[in-house]
Amino acid sequence: MNPRTATARQLGLMSCHDCRLLIETRNPQAPGRCPRCGAHLHSRKPNSLTRVWALILAAIILYIPANILPITITSTLGVKQKDTILSGVIFFFQTGSWEIAAVIFIASVFVPFAKLMILIYLSLSVQFRSTWRPKDRTALYRLTESVGRWSMVDIYVLTILVALVKLGAIATIEAGPAAIYFASVVVITMFAAESFDPRLIWDVIEEDYDGQPSG
Amino acid sequence: MKKSNDTSEIDAVAHPDVTAVPTLSCHNASDVDRSNNSFSQPPRSSSWEVMACPDCDMLNRLPKESKAILLCVRCGALLHRYRPNSIDRSLALALAAFILFTISNSFPFLTMKKSGIFQETTLLTGVQELWKQGLYELSLIVLLTCVLAPLIQMLGIFYVLIPLKWTGRPAPCAIRIFRLVQEIAPWGMMEIFLIGILVALVKLGHMATIVPGVSAFSFGALIFVMIAAFSNLDPSLLWERLDLRR
Ligand SMILES: [Zn+2]
Ligand SMILES: [Zn+2]
Repeated sequence: MNPRTATARQLGLMSCHDCRLLIETRNPQAPGRCPRCGAHLHSRKPNSLTRVWALILAAIILYIPANILPITITSTLGVKQKDTILSGVIFFFQTGSWEIAAVIFIASVFVPFAKLMILIYLSLSVQFRSTWRPKDRTALYRLTESVGRWSMVDIYVLTILVALVKLGAIATIEAGPAAIYFASVVVITMFAAESFDPRLIWDVIEEDYDGQPSG
Repeated sequence: MKKSNDTSEIDAVAHPDVTAVPTLSCHNASDVDRSNNSFSQPPRSSSWEVMACPDCDMLNRLPKESKAILLCVRCGALLHRYRPNSIDRSLALALAAFILFTISNSFPFLTMKKSGIFQETTLLTGVQELWKQGLYELSLIVLLTCVLAPLIQMLGIFYVLIPLKWTGRPAPCAIRIFRLVQEIAPWGMMEIFLIGILVALVKLGHMATIVPGVSAFSFGALIFVMIAAFSNLDPSLLWERLDLRR
């Protein structure tokens, strides 16, 4: 760490997670509550990495049925057609609406996968005490946190289709079993991103600096 | 090899007004609460404040009420944005959002025409249909993200801001409600629902005619008004006004 500057933790301060008030902590093990808003205080999110790993694991397991099982079951004049997320993308691509194919592919396949990979990378980089480009890794974290919600698009398409296409014998659309797995992946990865504490990335760098002779 | 590149990048991101806190002088900063849970008086106000970056824990010293966008000197996180007349603006926008929300939920959303059959839907039809098909969790997720979360956000803004504006004193449990408003914000996904509508329109375009209703247009407007209402909300101002120690 640059000796001219300091972090809250180095000076024995904590910033409230909810209202950002800076508070001097005499007992870091039991910091109590924020005097301004009453929130429980913590210097870093509690058990951040353990929670992130557990949620990543759960999301990976659910990601498989979400992509293999059908997400929509269309019945047209008695003929049933089952579509997975990927076959939906391919359908759009073949019928010429490649913009929609791209939207669905990015939102439903690429974003959840990329988000899981980035969270795995960030957690590993903290555990292996990487000092490589902390600023970019923090930016990567902020990106992951903000794009994950866009994966819900497919669930909403399904909701609208199910509501609209109820034409009895002519055509009906039902939600397939993949829908709930897919929605769970989105929700769980949102919790995983929320549980990760980007300050851990910087803690490693400060600890490395503090261990070295100054100058 | 173990050196971080933080010092070299300070100038690239920092607004000239934001400085990192020198190790020694920080102990004199007036904004640091040293009472630790003794519920003392709030700190006296000054024109500078010291703030720990939420993303990297670096202490930044920044001018209060600056009109610039201020970023953390070390990691570039957004620390401050200028929000004039925050309370009035977010109240007015939340009211407009509430009116649009009511319209969106009381008129037909999309109508499908196919061989003389009309299938009319409202915003909630999809939620009910998923429930009927036994997909209860999915139905609840859609209900929460597209209806309940925005509703809670709007009502929460009213509950917290109206007493502050007209009596100057916070409502009972206002802190708890405001915390809920902030925590539920990532779960409001109306703008994503709008993209979902567009995709569904293209998907059904080849087999039927879809006519968007009044609700669909008010829903589109609602998204922008809601985002504006929320981005005018000034959490740091509100936490100061809601301070438990007052
Ligand atoms: Zn607080
Ligand atoms: Zn920072």
